Amino acid sequence: MGTLTEEIFSRKLGREVKAGEIVWVELDRIMSHDTMSWLAIEAMRKVSNELGIEAKPKFPERIVIPFDHILPPANIDQAKMQRNIMNFIKEHKLPHFFQEGVCHQIMIEKGFVQPGNIIIGSDSHTCSYGALGAFGTGMGSTDVGIAYATGRTWFRVPESILINVTGEFQEGVYAKDLILKIIATLGVDGATYKSLEFRGDAITRMSIPERITLCNMAIECGAKAGLIEADEKTVEYLQGRTTENVDINNNGIIKANNGNYEQTFNFNISELEPQIACPHDLDNLKPISEVEGLELHQVFIGTCTNGRYEDLEIAANILRGKRVNRFTRTIVIPASTEVFQKANESGFIKIFQDAGCIVCNPGCGPCIGRHQGTMASGEVALTTMNRNFKGRMGSPEAEIYLGSPAVCAASAIEGKITDPRKRREE
Amino acid sequence: MAKAWKFQNNINTDQIIPGRYYPRENVEELGEFCLCELHPKFAKEKQKGDIIVGGSNFGCGSSREYAPIALKYSGVKCIIAKSFARIFYRNCINLGFPILVCKECYDEITEGDDIDVNLESGEIKNNTSGKKYNAQPLPEFVLKIVDAGGMINYLKEQANSENTNEV
Repeated sequence: MGTLTEEIFSRKLGREVKAGEIVWVELDRIMSHDTMSWLAIEAMRKVSNELGIEAKPKFPERIVIPFDHILPPANIDQAKMQRNIMNFIKEHKLPHFFQEGVCHQIMIEKGFVQPGNIIIGSDSHTCSYGALGAFGTGMGSTDVGIAYATGRTWFRVPESILINVTGEFQEGVYAKDLILKIIATLGVDGATYKSLEFRGDAITRMSIPERITLCNMAIECGAKAGLIEADEKTVEYLQGRTTENVDINNNGIIKANNGNYEQTFNFNISELEPQIACPHDLDNLKPISEVEGLELHQVFIGTCTNGRYEDLEIAANILRGKRVNRFTRTIVIPASTEVFQKANESGFIKIFQDAGCIVCNPGCGPCIGRHQGTMASGEVALTTMNRNFKGRMGSPEAEIYLGSPAVCAASAIEGKITDPRKRREE
Repeated sequence: MAKAWKFQNNINTDQIIPGRYYPRENVEELGEFCLCELHPKFAKEKQKGDIIVGGSNFGCGSSREYAPIALKYSGVKCIIAKSFARIFYRNCINLGFPILVCKECYDEITEGDDIDVNLESGEIKNNTSGKKYNAQPLPEFVLKIVDAGGMINYLKEQANSENTNEV
């Protein structure tokens, strides 16, 4: 008996586990990306030395290293760091190394995330994996390095908050609008140390990409994980994506079982309108009607939150045959090579380029302010990212607004914040 | 004298160390850039042993361990905040960088106050106002890691003790 979180830990440990317990767990996967792997490698060496064990990854096949944050490197230091990590990967024959998209998208689309898995990553948006019913959480490089060396880490099993979602989205309203609303309702520290468990008929109807958008942003209200029970859609999504070590049938599908929820929030999405998170925190959320017309210098569509095929399809349908405002730098970055190629086959890439967008290689792009769209003082951006923190995309005097791919696409055409429902009516 | 530097609620890791200052080969250099855009005066005038007093959700955002590393090498002795974001909290504990939770401190300490902190007892004294505070005690398991001087030392102690089952 327990929440989905407790059930996942109970299954893993083979005994009933309750929230609040400190448990040691053997991890199914350990993910680290280009900017954090080197610190993790150093931590692995240090802990191995202290423990008197050989300094090498205990389970090389469980480690996944996607380069994404600065891909390809934008300066000499970054190139050197990435080369050092690659030498480590070569030395230890780590089988899972990628340079083809955002780490979380790689983890999910290449089958490294299975229902019931417990996974840590050197990135706060590791909580995305809850979309497939896996407990994923972000940790720092010391924890990741220790996990490299020992295959394990400790958790305080979190209490859960239930997010019950009913109703149907209106035309032009998406999972992104919902998660922005949920975060602003709970507050940016409203779920600190907790799991968010999403449930309800609206969640059941959502596609896996929509579920990823929800779980991806659980960290933005402080949550340790965002979780959705795996179902037929999950199993269907994973068909053909699983790797040699995983078996959906053996893992089974774990469901919550009469757990105790610390809090329950009910959302009916039928009346929800497009939402915009305004600078410089996600608490500062406004319905689009209150910010329409704001001039934009940059629009960015992509990231682990909204860079999937389905997101690009929404944007392409709005941008087809149109031009973006020529003074609004519009950047489109597919979340992975798989997404890029599929979008290309569907003609979306051509639509973006014909519209005057800058289409970059898969990766994190300007989300961390280091390349491919770093912003100047006084510039205003609207993006599909998950954070609008001051200084995140470059100058601390730049402003970042967050919205759905539909809002971003419609706004790029006008060069100002535009309600996608109005554009469609034209 | 340990000077208090005051920060608001929701100080995020992008503010503590903006992404474009790392990666770099020598992480100690990050101390220089710690909080440099949010509070340039702090970045310029901070002295070794100074104390940061923050509001709720200190350290929210990314899992970059560069954030506590930057704070550690900035020379700051410890952070006292109303509450901490989860990943940042864990990263600090792992590194053995002291963090204290005290709700009243944020409300009552002013920037520039002279503060004494006893890390072992959790006693905080504001020499400017004469007020004393007690930080919330750390959870038992976390305290063991802190006492060991960080996670790696804790694991070493565990491995050396008879009960090695957990490692």
